[in-house]
Amino acid sequence: MTEQASAGQAPLPTEHDDRPGAIHARPVRHPLRWVGAVVILVLAAMLVSSFVTNPRWDWGLAGEVMIQRPVLNGLLMGTIVATVASMVLGVALGTAIAVARLSTNPVLRMLSFVYTWFFRAVPRYVLLAMIGVGLGYLYSTLDLGIPFGQQIAGALGLSHDLTFYSLDVRAITGGLVGGIMGLALSEAAYMAEIARAGILSVDKGQTEAAEALGLSRAQTMRRIVLPQAMRVIVPPTGNETIAMIKDTSLLTAVPVITELYFQTSQIGVRTYRIMAGFVAATVWYLIVCSVLMIVQSYVERYFGRGFGQARVGRQTNRRFARGGGMGGA
Amino acid sequence: MTTASTAGQASGPATPPAPLVRALNVHKAFHGTEVLKGIDLDVARGEVVCLLGPSGSGKTTFLRCINLLERIDGGRIWVDGELMGYAEKGGHLYELPDKKLAAQRREIGMVFQRFNLFPHLTAVANIMEAPVLVRGLDKATARARAMQLLEQVGLADRADAYPGQLSGGQQQRVAIARALAMDPKLMLFDEPTSALDPELVGDVLAVMRELARDGMTMIVVTHEMGFAREVADRVVFMDGGVVVEQGPPKEVIGNPQHERTRTFLARMRDDPATDGDQALSL
Repeated sequence: MTEQASAGQAPLPTEHDDRPGAIHARPVRHPLRWVGAVVILVLAAMLVSSFVTNPRWDWGLAGEVMIQRPVLNGLLMGTIVATVASMVLGVALGTAIAVARLSTNPVLRMLSFVYTWFFRAVPRYVLLAMIGVGLGYLYSTLDLGIPFGQQIAGALGLSHDLTFYSLDVRAITGGLVGGIMGLALSEAAYMAEIARAGILSVDKGQTEAAEALGLSRAQTMRRIVLPQAMRVIVPPTGNETIAMIKDTSLLTAVPVITELYFQTSQIGVRTYRIMAGFVAATVWYLIVCSVLMIVQSYVERYFGRGFGQARVGRQTNRRFARGGGMGGA
Repeated sequence: MTTASTAGQASGPATPPAPLVRALNVHKAFHGTEVLKGIDLDVARGEVVCLLGPSGSGKTTFLRCINLLERIDGGRIWVDGELMGYAEKGGHLYELPDKKLAAQRREIGMVFQRFNLFPHLTAVANIMEAPVLVRGLDKATARARAMQLLEQVGLADRADAYPGQLSGGQQQRVAIARALAMDPKLMLFDEPTSALDPELVGDVLAVMRELARDGMTMIVVTHEMGFAREVADRVVFMDGGVVVEQGPPKEVIGNPQHERTRTFLARMRDDPATDGDQALSL
């Protein structure tokens, strides 16, 4: 081998004790990287200098806007609570729809298809207005009783209209609850597709092994398939959550006004210093999303256990090995 | 179909020393292609049967039919006197609901070619899963039993490893322990060593040999001639969806009567990767 490999100019060593030692090679140079870095640094410096020199950025007031009580209230209720609630509901409903979509029951399959078709087609802003304003207008009360009970009672001339309980729809759908409902219903349609992809990503052998052991279909789904599907489901769900934080600014359609963007922009408008409102909202959204990204990385690591780690002896590197993301087995 | 039901009534499951497994005239087609064309096979309690044959001969499909992973189109399969997959009442067959199918499956252990361990669970948790979920065992008892089984397959020290951290041979031994944890009446092995590096085959075969010695009833689809010769009570040679010949390994492997068996065995001998003697030497 060594005799033939004469690609280099240097004479090949033939003596036994002349065998090649440790390699101290010079790395390949990347001059363009340096040029690019310098250009970006200069542009960044210009931007930062404009932050300081352009008074219209209004940093001082933006800081104050961020900690106003109505803004904090809007951040907590309209942004954080609405995001968490609509995502929890959306993920639960979406997973159920995905399972229904993959079930052997044709009625469930059809139902979940129609659901996904409808709620993916309707824009969130329109949906929120429909629920917040439209539902209360169409059905001011929700009567629980026998189906077509009022018609039947009318036809038979009964005094009772066969309604057992009445709900005031407007009181429920007009506010934050209606907003959360709308966002959750819409989210479930997207989550259903994500969960379906996750479930389908699990090897069929897993289901067979579980069934061969005598696990029921439900047990197989809950204990074997879904935990493995989570590895595929979690990253896009993090994406959806971050998108949801931003979509809570659509809650004004319901209308819900205890919401971050509405509150900050209103202060901007009232004080005739609009940038302060925009900056305050932007900084809060940045902070919330950054926290979420950290949470997401921990969740991914949890559901990635058993995957993506090389063979024996790599346990010490586990923390870092997972950083590579989805490269699992 | 009709021949199957008459055959079932004629030689029914009531013959005195009832076999653990009785298959009569089993037919199975995939998308119009017939893979099993009338398989008859009895397996006695404690017997070890090796299914041999070229790929595509229907061995694996037949194994999967016994465990209800595939639904058969014709014929009947009984395990321990119980008709698999159906209830027979008043001359009519009724498909069993999922719950009953699961109940029948849990009496039969299955070992897959590609192990199919649950990758999100450690070795010991893989073994505990079914006893806890299906048999309702408490976790402490299930863990103790799982550890005992890991000991039996020589992997007690790897209890907390995830499947991804185990070699193929180790994974397959965990898979065997997982199947044994349900105390099955019957163990099915679907080419358990085909996905393994040659040097890892021996450990798995050793565990299986041990099981056979302990009196477990086993049906093994394999290409390991050495194992079949040494461990099997009976060798069944399948080709083209039918049983071509069967008998003690010495006769079928040593002195095959059928041309197709001879051709197959000659090819197996030529292929060093599947040479049986290598497995024997381990």
